[in-house]
Amino acid sequence: MGHYAVVQRILGLLLMIFSLSMVPPVAVSLYYQDGSHQIFASSFLISLITGFIVWSPVRKFSSELKLRDGFLVVVLFWLVLGSFGAIPLYASNMLNLGITEAIFESMSGLTTTGATVIVGLDELPRSILYYRQQLQWLGGMGIIVLAVAVLPILGVGGMQLYRAETPGPMKDSKLTPRITETAKALWFIYLGLTIACGMSYWIAGMELFDAIGHAFSTMAIGGFSTHDASLGYYHNVWIEGIAVIFMLLAGANFALHYTAWRTASPSAYWRDTEFRTFLLLGLTFTVITTVYLFLSDTYQDPGIALIRAAFQVVSIGTTTGFTTADYALWPSFLPMMLLLGSFVGGCAGSTAGGIKVIRFLLLAKQGWREINRLIHPSAEIPVKIGDKVIGNNVVQAVWGFFAVYMALYALMFLLLMATGLDEVSAFSAVAACLNNLGPGLGEVSANFQAVNSFGKWVLIFAMLLGRLEIFTLLVILTPTFWRK
Amino acid sequence: MKIIILGAGQVGATMADNLANEANDVTVVDTDAALLGDLQDHLDIRTVRGYAAYPEVLRRAGADDADMIIAVTESDEVNMVACQIAYTLFHTPTKIARIRANEYLQESKLFNAEALPIDMSISPEQLVTDYIRRLIQYPGALQVVDFANGRARMVGVKAYYGGPLVGQELATMREHIPGVDMRVAAIYRRGKPIIPEGDTIVEAEDEVFFVAAKQDIKKVISELRRLDRPVKRVVLAGGGNIGLRLARALEDYCQVKIIEHDRERGRYLSEQLKHTVVLVGDAASESLLTEENIESADVFCAITNDDEANILSAMLAKRLGARKVMSLINRLAYVDLVEGSAIDIAISPQQSTVSALLAHVRRGDVVQVHSLRRGAAEAIEAVAHGDARSSRVVGRRLDEIKLPPGCTIGAIVRGDDVIIAHHDTAVEAGDHVILFIVDKRRTRDVEKLFQVGLTFV
Repeated sequence: MGHYAVVQRILGLLLMIFSLSMVPPVAVSLYYQDGSHQIFASSFLISLITGFIVWSPVRKFSSELKLRDGFLVVVLFWLVLGSFGAIPLYASNMLNLGITEAIFESMSGLTTTGATVIVGLDELPRSILYYRQQLQWLGGMGIIVLAVAVLPILGVGGMQLYRAETPGPMKDSKLTPRITETAKALWFIYLGLTIACGMSYWIAGMELFDAIGHAFSTMAIGGFSTHDASLGYYHNVWIEGIAVIFMLLAGANFALHYTAWRTASPSAYWRDTEFRTFLLLGLTFTVITTVYLFLSDTYQDPGIALIRAAFQVVSIGTTTGFTTADYALWPSFLPMMLLLGSFVGGCAGSTAGGIKVIRFLLLAKQGWREINRLIHPSAEIPVKIGDKVIGNNVVQAVWGFFAVYMALYALMFLLLMATGLDEVSAFSAVAACLNNLGPGLGEVSANFQAVNSFGKWVLIFAMLLGRLEIFTLLVILTPTFWRK
Repeated sequence: MKIIILGAGQVGATMADNLANEANDVTVVDTDAALLGDLQDHLDIRTVRGYAAYPEVLRRAGADDADMIIAVTESDEVNMVACQIAYTLFHTPTKIARIRANEYLQESKLFNAEALPIDMSISPEQLVTDYIRRLIQYPGALQVVDFANGRARMVGVKAYYGGPLVGQELATMREHIPGVDMRVAAIYRRGKPIIPEGDTIVEAEDEVFFVAAKQDIKKVISELRRLDRPVKRVVLAGGGNIGLRLARALEDYCQVKIIEHDRERGRYLSEQLKHTVVLVGDAASESLLTEENIESADVFCAITNDDEANILSAMLAKRLGARKVMSLINRLAYVDLVEGSAIDIAISPQQSTVSALLAHVRRGDVVQVHSLRRGAAEAIEAVAHGDARSSRVVGRRLDEIKLPPGCTIGAIVRGDDVIIAHHDTAVEAGDHVILFIVDKRRTRDVEKLFQVGLTFV
């Protein structure tokens, strides 16, 4: 039994840390006098006390966290987080959400999906709006990474947790020799960029409250907004431009930001093959979208077409999910193309969802290698990213990842159709949740109220699968994991 | 401290483990991705894959701002070149290299800033040879480590029935052996450490660690157990570098036989050695061992580079009647498995190498570190600097120094004199203080104790 005590201890500790995230909304509520402070204060106490109860019986128990315990802690923690994060949403009488809806909303926030079941955001108390944005921000870099940064006691075990939570096929790459330092560096970059983003929004004309909230969801590649009309609310080209830049930054590997900052030169970005491909993909999609919008007479002005196209391509492509009001009315080819584009997602080591650019790059190169092999049967052809040879085990892992991703996608698509959703809505709803994108098409283009309870649970599972990159979650669902 | 370790072999891995646990920023470089992956799974370190001597690889490992580079790859040449490059391109302050080949080591002019800028070269073979030699010199000792260039030694002995001191209080020691001063630093009773006081009674089967001047060691051992006969006949299994060195060191005053399975190597050994009998054959062959009178051998020492072969041949020799058997064992897990039962003494080359390396890495003025009891305990030699105001040790009597728990001062070496620690002994600046630390985790506190604080009042 001692084996699970270490898991329990960390879980309790993490929950206590998470409970602190309910304190800022109390302040917000008191400042704006919106009357929700009691909800947050009691949610804070419930989480803190539960965490303490879980933690205190095993607090003296210290043993090394094993690799498999790492998976367990991360998955359990995300589940616990999703549930406790839902308490204020469930308790608020302004929202009238059922348990399923509240958990859907909180999970959608934490996994940076940005799919919502709430209509009428503009009328909600500010503290609740703030809380939603903050959930996204915390989920973006990962609370576990935060915990690793601030809690040295996690030690080597921190590495196991870190690996289970960070995205990308090559999880061993650390910025600094020590994991605590790496986690700290990541959070500092994240914090710095968020502040820069918020300032820019503010200067461009957003109200300070909205600027902070949108900076949170932009850097987290989340997509929650404080308005029903999302960023389209502002009709401000500058704000859209700022959003594009910061979504691109948040969709890049944070290791690049670190290198750029350390070497004080931006050359690291350009030298990175994944980031170049990421930009190239964005550019290609933007050109196609612009041309199509212009030719289909959706916009008469090519300048407007370009701005709308660039914003929407980056927003969907990085899996953020901000929209401008007219996106759903575009010719149906475009939303479908962008939705499929969201499967690629951002770069590894970013806050973006999706399969990640590096994996697609590897898949493409591997496919190319097979073709080459047919032409030169005896050639030795390594798979390279830039100048670096990628080991076959990584390539195989990527294939496995892709296959499982697609299989689960198909499965959940069918499950949603079985709940009675039409195929476009079901198709896009699963894609939007699995890729941590947010808005879908058809009935789920604005919110997910059209999906029934069972469907929502499927989507909650999809969001978690997407955020933890499938295997971390799947591994604990296998019987092998639980065998001694 | 930022440390780069080149080579993820046994020594590299053990070093990384030790150093990462002491909160250093450790980066390990190796060409073997599997080895690195394994290390990364268990330790909080960064790994870089690549050829250790290439400047680009060193740069990726963070050589630009590294404080220390420890080159312990398989190849002497790579180790030396890596240190050279670290010196020339990155100005790394401390460079340590493992160098095995005696051919390099005997050239004293080689290792300086103009030629090969290596601050410390470590030869595991030499360390192990010295270690075994000391053990052979004191039959009955389990562990013998040197301090202050051999002026003082710490010895671990198992007490037996019949030793005059067994069953007596430690305080009566001085009456037993007049004129000899010694101090018991720690006693391990059934694997648990006891910090000795004057009224502690030594029991049979205790493992006693004591410090004494070099010339007094034998007299003290004889108090704890009936002194074994001096070693006269030694059989070495394995004629590698260690075998050759040992044979050379021992052959003038012992009768040495060395068993080597390779005929070519055997011939070479026989050419190199004067009195040693070189036998070509399998060290685990019962007939060969009986033929060569293994039952009258005082020490059988298995020192091939194969752990399993060493253990098996040593066990066989023991059963055939060798008085004391030792075995070279690389895997720490095996050491715990066999030492004390099947085999009298297990010798771990990594442990010796790591001890030597640690002395250099440690902060403050630690000049010697010896891992004892398979790394659980440590014996440290630290230099006291400063004066009564800036140091926490200088100018204080031993009973005034606030030692961390589980830590004892064994002796002080002042110039050429070995002063055995008593509660009223005062520490002077420049003294070498020898401490025994039961729990390795306390080592940091001891280091801090010896640091000279500028603002310390």
